[in-house]
Amino acid sequence: MTNKQMISVRDLHKRFGTLAVLKGVSFEVALGDVIAIIGPSGSGKSTLLRCLNRLETIQRGHIEIAGEVLATTGADGVCRYAVDAEARRICRRMGMVFQQFNLFPHRTVLQNIIEAPMTVQGLSRAAIMPKAEELLRKVGLFEKRDSYPALLSGGQKQRVAIARALAMAPDIMLFDEPTSALDPELTGEVLRTIRQLADEHVTMLVVTHEMSFARDVSTRALFMDDGEIVEAGAPAEMFSHPKHSRTQAFLEHIL
Amino acid sequence: MDYLWVLLPPLLQGAGVTLQVFFITLVLSLPLGLALALLRLSRSASVSGLVNGYIWLMRGTPLMLQMLFIYFALPFVPYVGIRLPSFPAAIVAFSLNYAAYFAEIFRGGIQSIDRGQYEAAKALGFSYAQTMRRIVLPQVVKRVLAPVSNETITLVKDTSLIYVLAMNDLLRAARGIVQRDFTTMPFIVAAVFYLLMTLMLTVGFQWLEKKYSVYDE
Repeated sequence: MTNKQMISVRDLHKRFGTLAVLKGVSFEVALGDVIAIIGPSGSGKSTLLRCLNRLETIQRGHIEIAGEVLATTGADGVCRYAVDAEARRICRRMGMVFQQFNLFPHRTVLQNIIEAPMTVQGLSRAAIMPKAEELLRKVGLFEKRDSYPALLSGGQKQRVAIARALAMAPDIMLFDEPTSALDPELTGEVLRTIRQLADEHVTMLVVTHEMSFARDVSTRALFMDDGEIVEAGAPAEMFSHPKHSRTQAFLEHIL
Repeated sequence: MDYLWVLLPPLLQGAGVTLQVFFITLVLSLPLGLALALLRLSRSASVSGLVNGYIWLMRGTPLMLQMLFIYFALPFVPYVGIRLPSFPAAIVAFSLNYAAYFAEIFRGGIQSIDRGQYEAAKALGFSYAQTMRRIVLPQVVKRVLAPVSNETITLVKDTSLIYVLAMNDLLRAARGIVQRDFTTMPFIVAAVFYLLMTLMLTVGFQWLEKKYSVYDE
């Protein structure tokens, strides 16, 4: 069970109009993996993440989440998704944290966290409250539970967003540049929270520009450029001895 | 002063008719407007186009014409020909007309909600209906309060158009007395009535705005 496949992606293609953003991406994620996805802007990192939970629909390829097929392409070349209710259930195995937080502004911190368990899973408020309070303590925002998001700092907002995603008890967490919209002095608190999850062996994919974070926390790094995974491997190895010239160029430029 | 007591009963009766048309129209046109707004935003081009045409028709012709059409012409339209008494005819015309205006207000409100809200909801497993009901529409309410308040106040005064169907609303009642007694006093009393109604609406909407100001965006 230790090598249980959580995500399996094969030959994924995604276009926006005529612009090919992902050109045949394949990778696998095992239980407990912490995958850092790095690469220059416009390389398709975020799009790849968004394809996994149907925020973007793919034109070709195969996506499997915890052994269940979300989308697959037949011999006829037509890409088919699981039916809507099924696809929603499969995607619920993944929680997502966005660059722009996307908290619900009309809901308090606590309400943001319990909204999905109540509406989507049909849990009662009483049933979800213990977990919600535990999550609030975990991200250090128990005192802010009755505040509206507008009154929080960026770092606090992002920690609420993390707690909100965790409230649905996902098997996999997707982080889409979680610190890119934050002031530098606020990134630390968010990265600490993500690192804490990594220490608990939560399976996660993190699209990030924080190279030291990628190097120290991830179990595997994917370097993407121009819609392809150029290089994948252990982060320590990749950062010190990048094999591909494009990886070298990127790391030299950014470090 | 005694004359005022003579004036009040017929004017109050007229105000009653005005209020009935106002409230029934509001109760019918708000949900209808919301339904139209959602259909207008439908991915189906034909559904959206059809609603667009409807809104063009209802906003593009005078409300009085629509009322006259429903009362006088509808009975002679082949197949759908129904003869409505004046009060239902007025309600139908007002509701269909105001729904078109509300639809455009709601559509603007729905489209002003950030894409990120839909994405966050979808990532959490919300269906489209759940996303609209729990996340999008509650935020839309706050954003459309001011234009809806405007439209509602206009409705109070538009009700005076029902005189064309020979209904005794507040203004027609006042005019009847003016012509009978050769005094403008009834007009002043009617104006005070309209002002009181709009004052109550203004206060009501201000209360709602305050209620929704507990959160910023």
